[in-house]
This record gives sequence, structure tokens and C-alpha cells, in this order.
Amino acid sequence: MKNLLKNQLFWAAMVLVVLMIINITENGTATIGYSNGRLTGPIIDLFIFSPPILMISIGMTLVIATSGIDLSVGSIMAVAGAVAMQYLHGSSNPNSPATIAIAFILALAVGLLCGAFSGFLVSVVKLQPFITTLIMMLAGRGIANMITGGGNTEGGSSGFNKIAQGTVLGFPLRFIVAIIVLLLVAALVRKTALGMSVEAVGINADAAEMAGVRSNRIQFMVYTLSGLLAAVAGVLTVAYIGRVEVASTGTGAGMEMDAILAVVIGGTSLAGGKFNLGGTVLGAFVITALDQTVVYLGISSAAVPAFKAIVIIGICLLQSDRIHGWFSSPSRSRVVEKKEETPKVVAA
Amino acid sequence: MSSVSLDKKKARPKIARSTYTTIAAVALLVILLVGGHLIYGKILAPNTMSSLLRNYAYLLILAVGLTFTILTGGIDLSVGAIVAFSSVAGVMLVGAGWNTYLVMVLMVLMGTGFGLISGVLVRYFNVQPFIATLSTMFLARGLASMLSTEPVRIPDGSPMKSLSTEVILYDGPKNMDFKISLNVIIAIVVLIIGFIILHRTRFGRTVYAIGGSENSASLMGLPTGRAKLMVYVISGTLAGLAGLVYASRIGNASNVVGTGWELDAIAATVIGGTLLTGGAGYVLGSAVGVFVLGTLNLLINRDGNVPAAATTIITGAILLIFVLLQRAITVSGNRGGLFKRKSRDVAAGGTPPDASSTALPLSESESAESGSAKVSASPAV
Repeated sequence: MKNLLKNQLFWAAMVLVVLMIINITENGTATIGYSNGRLTGPIIDLFIFSPPILMISIGMTLVIATSGIDLSVGSIMAVAGAVAMQYLHGSSNPNSPATIAIAFILALAVGLLCGAFSGFLVSVVKLQPFITTLIMMLAGRGIANMITGGGNTEGGSSGFNKIAQGTVLGFPLRFIVAIIVLLLVAALVRKTALGMSVEAVGINADAAEMAGVRSNRIQFMVYTLSGLLAAVAGVLTVAYIGRVEVASTGTGAGMEMDAILAVVIGGTSLAGGKFNLGGTVLGAFVITALDQTVVYLGISSAAVPAFKAIVIIGICLLQSDRIHGWFSSPSRSRVVEKKEETPKVVAA
Repeated sequence: MSSVSLDKKKARPKIARSTYTTIAAVALLVILLVGGHLIYGKILAPNTMSSLLRNYAYLLILAVGLTFTILTGGIDLSVGAIVAFSSVAGVMLVGAGWNTYLVMVLMVLMGTGFGLISGVLVRYFNVQPFIATLSTMFLARGLASMLSTEPVRIPDGSPMKSLSTEVILYDGPKNMDFKISLNVIIAIVVLIIGFIILHRTRFGRTVYAIGGSENSASLMGLPTGRAKLMVYVISGTLAGLAGLVYASRIGNASNVVGTGWELDAIAATVIGGTLLTGGAGYVLGSAVGVFVLGTLNLLINRDGNVPAAATTIITGAILLIFVLLQRAITVSGNRGGLFKRKSRDVAAGGTPPDASSTALPLSESESAESGSAKVSASPAV
């Protein structure tokens, strides 16, 4: 029981349950309803609205595990969305499967390129991750603006929009897409040595290099993957509303903050090292549920960023050693010290 | 062993070589000004030059603040959002009938408050600077949006507007007057004070020493913790001041103002020769950086064919080029020339090593459980 109470994920799960209870009671309609061939209700809403943040926070988890950061994910979402929408808008037959496939691939390719660009600068040129991705974050929105010519382009392709709006047996297709991508990434990092290499680079890049891990390649790979996943998130976002919004408050705006938040709620330390994909998924659900709670409670959406900032400050405080020192009893820390000292005596 | 030497390389950028970026920035500024004058005309004229000063007074103030944080190896991403909050809150208070002079002081103090939050997070809780200031950024932006999502106007005839009243310094032919306002004087005074603090005080030397190597600085007994807190307070305060200056110039305030200004201020600082890794740079270089960006925007405006969205891309590209330039300089700086750097480091330190400053090793042993190898490498130096 004591271990359970200390587990950060347990608290995250509790927060999610509380938020969902509020959402269900405040919603007023059925918990799970059915209308027009699709399931409805607060729980289904969670599945409908979580995929974009789920995608970028998975990428962000891997980047943060290498003790980096990717501030550009929101902008890459906008760039990828803009590419897809602009291509569909310009095509003569936006509903043909070939056009839809090309739009999809183009969007992913652009996201991959943006991520690879950051990855190259971080891994080969050795620039600091935050400044590299900060440049990408601010330039990306400019690039999205240039692609659409400053307008909020509508794709006009109901086929493309089905990727995010469609349902399978009433269940949102968007969530199924996200889960498939999630499982692919999870298999990639946990069924191969990639995940362990990522953690090794995050704990100590030099030591990892000496142990035979190509830390450059790992870094390049995680930023590229993060860009690709951001592009998937972008596609899922623009397909849901049928257009891309390029303004600084539009598609993907502030999403980097949400993703960082989801990662730290999920128990991955911002200092890098060990990561927890399952925890990140939980974190992403918490953020999504929180966004909906704000809506259900009738709080102004303008208040949300400030609220999230307070949450992230709180989590940073909880992760800091100083707070840990306050809460652990002095006797316990003395025991730990003694434990560490004993082997030294033996060795001497 | 080799990890230790790698750390050393990172920690000690070469000071003398960093002047190269400042020289490059001055050269770029001259090229932009002269080239622009030849192509578009009337750039090197008293009226254009003085309007450049008046338009970018706010950015000059922000860049001075960023220079302090970046010199310690930190960063402040919250400045743009603080400008939004302090200007919206200030203008609303004036509208509500508060004493304008009191409000003007309050606007600066609001910035101090946000800076204090970032500083406390960095100093006492070891939060990475960009995460700490990213959260203050969202906090300030969110609070500004809660106050108002509509632009709020400064009432006509309010003393706040007098900050931007233009005074003719030099009466040129036709409309070629050199006009300045109180805003410009404030910005220049901030620049001069920043210069004096960084280059002529103990605190300034501590700021440089932290950026050079925080471990060494703290082992030498310098008050690194206090200095780390102070740079964010300074940066926040100056952001509050920039909010006042900008609002008085534009005549209104809105919650979306200042989006991306942190990039402009960082770009100005980096272009001016301050290393992003900290420890080397000049506050006067940041002023050059501000005028490079200002002139660039001026030329883009004069040209008229470049879409507005391209401005952020161009700013980003120039920042990237200068960061790459810095990187090239630090890499080449690591080959040879060790003696020079060593003597400089000692000079920057000032006070002799002090064994009583145990704050750093203590915190490291605490965090050792999470990343043992990474941490244990550095105190071995």
C-alpha cells in the first residue's frame, strides 16, 4: 500500500478517474450513448480527442529520455497539416484513394524531414536541443503560413477527413489509428535494443558511446521519429476539422507544452534516462480529460494555459531533490548512507 | 577519463574567439545598412535611424535581460508573454482609474514577479531553465488571456503615452529629423546599467563565471545560487519594463502581443556574440544584434514583396547561422590555446577557492540515484 501511494502513476490514474467522474456527472447525457452510427459520451470523447496529443507525447517521451527536448512538435503538426490540406485543395479529384494516399504520405514526409533536420543539428552539429527545436518551432509556423499563403486552407476531401472522423462499429477510427501507431512504436523500442540505447544515451551519452551505443544515431533517430509522429498528429488534427489553421493560435498551438506535461505526468524524468511509454499514454489521457473538464465546468478556455503551467510547475517541484529531501524522514536517509558506506569498509 | 575531458571542453568556451561573432554581427549590420541604403535609399538618414531606435527600444531592453540569463548558460523563454501580461494588466488598471505613475511601477514589478518564479524554480528546485521559463511563459500568457482577449486601449492624454512623445534632437532638412522619446532614453540607460553591472561589478563577474563553469565558480566560493536567481529576476523585470515601453508606443495592449519575441531577443543576443553555452559575450553586442534584426525588418518592409510570415523564417535562419558560427568557433577554440583560457578563468573568478561551499556536491549526491554516471563525472574535475 505504501509503495502504491508513492507511485506517481497511481496518482496520475487517480487524477484521471476524478476528472472522468466530473466529466460524466457534468456532461448531463448518457455515459456511453449511441447516435447516428457512432458511440458518444465523455469516455468516447476521451478516445476521440486524445490521439494528437498521444502521438506527439510518445515522440516527446523518447526525445526527453535522451535528455533532449522537442519544442517544435506543435509547429510540425501545422506544417504537415498545411501540406496535406494544400495538396488536397489543389488536386482535381480530392476524394480518389490515390490523392488521399499521396496527401497522407506527403504530410508524413514533411514531418519526417523537419524532425530529421532538428535531429541532424542536435546529433551531428551538436547544437543544444532546445535552441534547435525553438528555431524550428517559430520558423515552422512561418513555413505553414507560406504553404497555405496565409489562409486556413480547407482540404475539401471527405475521404481524407474519414481518417479522423470515421468510425469502426461506432468506435472512433482516429483512436484506432493512434493505438496502432502506439503499438508499432512500443514494439520498436521495447522489442529491440533501441529503447535501452535511448535510456543509455539519456543517462550518459559519453558512457553509452564507450559501451558501443552510437549515441549520434540514437539522437538523430528520436528527433526524426518525433517529427514523424508530430506529422501523424497533424494529419489526425486537420482531418478532424477538415482544414488547417496556420495562425499562432491554430493547429498544434501550445501542443509542445501538453506533450511535455503528458510525459512528466507519466513518470519520465525531464533529466532523461528511464522512460515509461505506458505512463505517457496515461499522461496524455489526463491532459485530454482536463481539457474537457474545463469545457464541462464552463471555465474560460483562456484560463487553460495558465492552469497547465501551474500543473507543470507543481510536477517540476515534485521531481526536485529538494522536495524529496523535505518529505523523506532524516532517519531513512541516514540508513541509506550507512548502506552505501558498508561496502567501502569491506573493500578497504 | 575521457568523459571528464569532454566536460571541460564544453564548459570552457574560448572568450577571445567569441569576439568573432560580434565582429561578424557588426559587419552584417554595416552591410545591411549600406546595402539597404544603396538599394532602397534613405536608410542612412537621421529620421530612419531614429525611428529604428524608437521602434526597437523594447527589444533592446529585452535583449539586455536575455544577455544576463544566457551568460549564465540559462535561457528565458517567458519574456514575450511577460510583455503581454504586464501591458494588458497595466493598461486595464489605468482604465480602471488607478494612478498612472503607480501602475507604471507596478507593470515593471509584475515582470519582477514572473522572473522571481522562474528564478526560484531554477535556483532552489534545479528545474532546467528552459522548462522553468516555458512554464512561466504559459502562465503569463494564460493570465493575460484571462484578463482580456480583446485589445485594451490606453486612455487618450494618459501620462503613460508621454513615454513615447517624440522630441527633436537634430532638426534635419525636410522631414529628416532625429527624434527620440523617453522610451529610447530608458532603453539606452538600461543598456548602460547592464554594461556596468556585467563588466564592472562582482555580480557581473559571477554571472560570467557561472556560464564558464558553474562547478568551478561555486568551488571558488562565488555566490552562484544568488546570481542564478538574480539573472531571471533581472530578465523578468526588464520584460515588464519592455511591456510598459511597448504599450506606450503602440497605445494599446493585447494578450497576443509579444508572441515569438523571446526568439527575437535570443537571436539579438546570440548574433551579438553571447555564447548560448554561457560564459562569454557582450551586452553591447546584443545591442548590435537588435539593430541587425531591426534593420532587417526595415528592409523587408521597404521591399514590400516578402510576405509577413517569412520574417520569422528569416529571423530563425539568421539565428541558426549564428548558432552554427558559435559552434564552429567553440570547436576550433578547443584546439590549443589552453593557457590563455586558464588565466582568463582565474581572472573571472576573483576570490580564492573556498572549501566551505558545499552546496553543489551535496545536491549532486542527492541526485546521484537517478543518473549516477552522468553526475559523478563532474565533481571529479
